[in-house]
Amino acid sequence: MEPTIFRFIFRHSKKEQIFLLVLTGLSFPFLYYSLDLPKTIINEAIGGKDFPRDLLGYQFDQIPYLLLLSVIFLALVCINGAFKYYINVFRGQLGERMLRRLRYDLYARVLRFPLPHFRKVSQGEVIPMITAEVEPLGGFIGDAVSLPAFQGGTLLTILIFMFVQDPILGTAAIALYPLQGYIIPKLQRRVNELGKERVKAVRKLSDRIGESISGVQEIHANNTARFALANFTARLGEIYTIRYEIYRRKFFIKFLNNFIAQLTPFFFYSIGGMLVIKGDLTFGALVAILAAYKDLSAPWKELLTYYQRKEDSRIKYDQVIEQFDAADSLTEAQQLDEPEEPVSLDGPVALRNLGLVDEGEALLENVTFEIKRGEKVAIAGPGGGGKDLLAMVMARLLAPTSGSVTMNGIDIAGLPEAVTGRRIGYVGPGAFVFARTIRENLLMGARHVPHGDPDPDSFPDAPLQRAASEAAGNSLDPISANWVDYQAVGVDESQLNTRLADLLRVVGLEDEVYAFGLRGSLNVASRDETGLRILGARSKLRSRLEELGLDHLVEPFDAKKFNTNASVAENLLFGTPVGEQFKLEHLANEPYVRSILDQVGLTEDFIRIGRDVAATMVELFKDLPPDHEFFAQYAFISADDLPDYHTLVQRADRLGLEGMEPDDRNRFLELPFKLIPARHRLGMIEEAQQARILEARKAFREGLPEEQRPALEFFSVDQFNLAASVQDNILFGKIAYGQADAGNRVGTVLAEVIESEGLRDTVIEIGLGAEAGIAGSRLTTPQRQKVAIARMLLRRPDILILNEAVSTLDSGAQGPTVARILKEAADRTVILIAHRARLAQPFDRVLVMRGGRVIEDGTFDTLDKEGTVFRGLLDEE
Amino acid sequence: MSLNEEVELLKNIPLFAKIEPSKLKLLAFTSERLNYTDGQVLFNQGDSGDAAYIIIGGTASVLIGTGNGMVEVAQLSKGDVVGEIAILCDVPRTATVQAKESLITLKINKEGFFRLVTDFPQIAVEIMRELAARLEQTNMQLRAALSDKEN
Repeated sequence: MEPTIFRFIFRHSKKEQIFLLVLTGLSFPFLYYSLDLPKTIINEAIGGKDFPRDLLGYQFDQIPYLLLLSVIFLALVCINGAFKYYINVFRGQLGERMLRRLRYDLYARVLRFPLPHFRKVSQGEVIPMITAEVEPLGGFIGDAVSLPAFQGGTLLTILIFMFVQDPILGTAAIALYPLQGYIIPKLQRRVNELGKERVKAVRKLSDRIGESISGVQEIHANNTARFALANFTARLGEIYTIRYEIYRRKFFIKFLNNFIAQLTPFFFYSIGGMLVIKGDLTFGALVAILAAYKDLSAPWKELLTYYQRKEDSRIKYDQVIEQFDAADSLTEAQQLDEPEEPVSLDGPVALRNLGLVDEGEALLENVTFEIKRGEKVAIAGPGGGGKDLLAMVMARLLAPTSGSVTMNGIDIAGLPEAVTGRRIGYVGPGAFVFARTIRENLLMGARHVPHGDPDPDSFPDAPLQRAASEAAGNSLDPISANWVDYQAVGVDESQLNTRLADLLRVVGLEDEVYAFGLRGSLNVASRDETGLRILGARSKLRSRLEELGLDHLVEPFDAKKFNTNASVAENLLFGTPVGEQFKLEHLANEPYVRSILDQVGLTEDFIRIGRDVAATMVELFKDLPPDHEFFAQYAFISADDLPDYHTLVQRADRLGLEGMEPDDRNRFLELPFKLIPARHRLGMIEEAQQARILEARKAFREGLPEEQRPALEFFSVDQFNLAASVQDNILFGKIAYGQADAGNRVGTVLAEVIESEGLRDTVIEIGLGAEAGIAGSRLTTPQRQKVAIARMLLRRPDILILNEAVSTLDSGAQGPTVARILKEAADRTVILIAHRARLAQPFDRVLVMRGGRVIEDGTFDTLDKEGTVFRGLLDEE
Repeated sequence: MSLNEEVELLKNIPLFAKIEPSKLKLLAFTSERLNYTDGQVLFNQGDSGDAAYIIIGGTASVLIGTGNGMVEVAQLSKGDVVGEIAILCDVPRTATVQAKESLITLKINKEGFFRLVTDFPQIAVEIMRELAARLEQTNMQLRAALSDKEN
């Protein structure tokens, strides 16, 4: 990376800066002429004599002459404006392009940092550096050359004009510039230092925020919020103090500048005045010089501001760059290069005299061994014995301090990641899952290079955007191309889903993904094909339940029947709300719903039922303490609202429902929507109301305005409901309340039907579309780990390194999972770092590491004998 | 069957006889009414107890596993309460209960039952009374059995 911002500017925007300079130069004559023209207009056209005049061979009278000059003036204004507009846009674009390049370079560098470097820089520091800190640099880069050129040129022009008028006063005008040029940088230097401190303090602040978010559980669990706040206050105080100091000094510099700027007119008035009185200078010349001096101050000020900005940017650049200059980073070639010939690591793994020293401590010492091609090796040992570090060195995630690792005879140290990250498979103990779908997370393992052409209709891959990326030195890999390396996966696109399902079985994630699938939903694109197949299971489930005499366990949706196991709201809408509009809590105040209730004459009934519900709830719950769990589980009315409703019920008794305020009536109206007759058994929705709710359902559906259609997915016998889960779509009804064990019994039949209809794979496919959440937070720790193992297996590496990769799985699942992985990778080399020695049992060979050395080496059976360290490890379990 | 009918039914059960109707209504409202078909099992002997059941319709058999399979030791019918011992004493289910023909119960889960007992001491007293009465009855049967044996 270029050591200073000006080298960065020069290297990457030389041509553009020169172009800007030329353009600025070209704009000067027009500017000058536009300043000069008014004089001609006044003196010659308005105040002049001797008309008509000759101009370009034509004769002009006074008025046409004036008009001509005025039109020229207007044209000059337009030309100047156009210059300014073009230069500004060009500068802005240049700045953005350079900013984009800088950010890209920094991010690419983060991806090349050696892993130990992340112990020194935190996420909280790196993020603001790439995002906020470099932001002002873009603006500066655009101005870097052209602004001083323009302002300096203007300044010079005016100075020349002044010297032409009177050399003495001209000298006087700039007499104090050397003073300013001497003092200001001196004062500025301290401000610069403070600026540096400020940047560091802000970084610490964001680091603190990042840390608090990552560790928020501990803060809650240990009641350290006060300490955290006090700590944060200290950081804020630091920034405040620095900024206050900066302001004081900055504005003092400003004051000094202004003072000096005003000092010169003082000399003009006093000395110039005396000269005029004595008759050594004409009055007109003094006025002209004063006017010119006024013009002088604007560019001079701009130049001083530019100087401050330049200093700011220089510091920022230096400070950011030094953080991104980590020793032992990967080279750019290692990060991005593709090997000319495909490199296979499918051969013996040999470690020679491997050593790893960290801050003077020897973590690995003289590790030497060889693993045969296809051998299955487990490495056991006490914690801190170095086995986990050894795994990371073998995966080239850590660079050894001495010695070498060769695979298939090739030293892995200098290989590009295109080889190590494809031919070596590595999963650590706390694998990371990205905030995408499970499927995307699995495929990530095989997304190495783009294949095929970019899609020109896809945003960042349109030709224009690609040209901009190229100009900014960004990646030209089209994101819209196909990134999956099918050769590495070993199947083509049509087989990919089957392969993914196989891998889910290997890592023991199949049932869980299947469950995600049942709870998942479809998108518009898959509605027709997949949706139709799932609808097939709907009727099948119904007939299967009938066969088994279990049909009373599900009350199906029927457009012409009231469903007693569904809420009144569901019965009325007969669909699933999408978005907020028809959500249960908004229904009572939803204008369209209200109009339907009025239309079928249900409003008064609902208010009356609402009152009855409220009265019952008050009767049942009024003696319970507000924190009683029954409120959360059973009450329609929260403990907070209960006293309100108590008052409302009393008011209704006194005034009658008709006599109540509309707001109070509305509060009653909210309640009946939540009633599920079969569950609540309050007997309040009688047949008459049910019939009218059915009427309302019909009216609702028929009258729903077109623009509100997207707010609801109607229940429909022959259509897949996109707003509901796959399971609910197959069920197409409600599990009946009051039937013992109904949910489980229906679930069993459902699973059977899905299996018999051949839909299991489809459901798993839908399950693969489930979002993993931020950092995989929607998955459990074992699930995340399983995703990471499957991700690694997908690309079929030559050598598999499992670094305590199953340690977070249930202890009963660890052995079987390892066995399935061994079977999957039967023909390849597998190295397991065993967090429990017992896991080494199915392996061909066991190494035991302690104190950074290999101390035992043999088969499980030969090591499992009296007196070995390995036996000791086994006994500890 | 609506909540009010359930309350009427509960009133006729000795355990709840002396409890105010409004409390019974809360009990009914917060418990789950469950229908069982012939042969369906409410719980198995040895399961951990998570709920008590009040039978409000139909009959059920109480079965105990012996060396020669399950033996029916009692029949339950409308108004009987079953399963409360397991949740009161925190012991595994002492018997299997199975529906005979169709059976309707009110299922009160463990937490709900304890809440009810702590919130409404009169229910606790009623339960004590009922259990004491059952103990007395068992004692009497034991005495009768012993004297039968002596004779």
